[in-house]
Amino acid sequence: MPEMFWSVNQSLLLALVDTFKIFACTLVFAIPLGLLLSFGSMSKIKPLKYLIDLIVWVFRGTPLMLQLFVVFYIPGILLHNNIWGSGTDGRMLATIVAFSLNYACYFSVIFRGGIEGVPAGQREAGEVLGMTKSQIFFKITLLQMIKRVVPPMSNEIITLVKDTSLARVIGVVELTHAGYAYIKAAGIIWPLFYTAVFYLLFVGILTILFNFIERKLSYFR
Amino acid sequence: MAILEVKNIEKHFGNTKVLKDVSFSLDAGNTLAIIGSSGSGKTTLLRCLNFLETPDHGTISVHDKVIFDASLPASDNEKDLRRKRLHFGMVFQSFNLFPQYTALENVMLAEQLLAKERPDFKQNKKQIYAEIEEHGKALLAQMGLADRMDHYPHQLSGGQQQRVAIARALALKPDILCFDEPTSALDPELTGEVLKVIRSLAENKTTMVIVTHEMSFARDVADQIIFMDGGIVVEQGDAKQVIDNPQEERTKQFLSRYTQG
Repeated sequence: MPEMFWSVNQSLLLALVDTFKIFACTLVFAIPLGLLLSFGSMSKIKPLKYLIDLIVWVFRGTPLMLQLFVVFYIPGILLHNNIWGSGTDGRMLATIVAFSLNYACYFSVIFRGGIEGVPAGQREAGEVLGMTKSQIFFKITLLQMIKRVVPPMSNEIITLVKDTSLARVIGVVELTHAGYAYIKAAGIIWPLFYTAVFYLLFVGILTILFNFIERKLSYFR
Repeated sequence: MAILEVKNIEKHFGNTKVLKDVSFSLDAGNTLAIIGSSGSGKTTLLRCLNFLETPDHGTISVHDKVIFDASLPASDNEKDLRRKRLHFGMVFQSFNLFPQYTALENVMLAEQLLAKERPDFKQNKKQIYAEIEEHGKALLAQMGLADRMDHYPHQLSGGQQQRVAIARALALKPDILCFDEPTSALDPELTGEVLKVIRSLAENKTTMVIVTHEMSFARDVADQIIFMDGGIVVEQGDAKQVIDNPQEERTKQFLSRYTQG
């Protein structure tokens, strides 16, 4: 029995690496993309704004699981060519693309709220002091926006940790997939339940990190 | 000699005309107070001077040079617009200090950013920054805030915040310093310290345009007064004359409300 326990731990830790890959890559791509989308959604160019509103509606309006299927299978169906390549790398790549697009849409709405929440007087004060638009954004707006978006972003990012389990539907061996595999392979279900410990530890570390960031930003109001 | 000349300014928001044919001029070293009830267009006029609003008609000249002409297409690039803006400083009703910076950092920020465009910035960076810091500290000391330089805005009282905002506006040495109801957001006890600072600026011959509801202050400090109502200049002239001996019926009406208390 103890041998079994260590072997389960080993394979779950290995799967956790893939879970972490989805998590980290999604953040790396979705945060800048979300910021770009938020600028677009505030644009004075109406067609651009409508286009982005449409994209956000579609990605927030359909299940992430469905988006995984579509992103993974559609290129093969339409182009008769699996652009994702065969094997586990291709599945991982498709997962990261689908997750990044989906999360960028959620982030864009949060970022827009954060930017619009900064009083207009801040921008005006920068303007009358002769600052450029980019100076105003980077030197004045950005940090105030970050302070505003930390609580809603921490919610989304914690949700992302658990959403990684959806990647199993296109065959990515992440944590839940690895735990589930023991039912068929060894006839035991506790490894699946045991994955909760890994998720909890993951989210626990993130929670500590977010508290730290919030404390760091509490020096101003 | 007139440092500021405003001619025939008009501005509407949608179908509402907020400014109708507003003209005035201001001599260097003089203080102009703009009075009038809420919605009379005085704040909009100030915002037009600072390029926060674009007038639909009219011209604005500083030092006899036209810096804004509504009849010409707005072809200014960002750099030109910024240079024109720097003729004016602006102190807002709600201070609008940058909350993430200390008092001193608020004062220094714009000057530091502008310094980066100097050709000798790279070689003399240290020296330039030292000069800017010295300048910022001197300005805050002038505002009586020498011991508050490292405080963040939320650690300061409203009167102190507004004095930091005045120092910040002075940092870029504007030709004309504008105030938009600088004491309206303050407790009555705190207005005095801000008015005192503005008074000392007037004594030092700072050219200023002040939108205010403080009638006795306007009478004492301003050289000229403009009374606005419904987007038009109803009466303008020597400050004491307008307050003590208004000519127009509408001005008398407005001022009587203040003198009755």
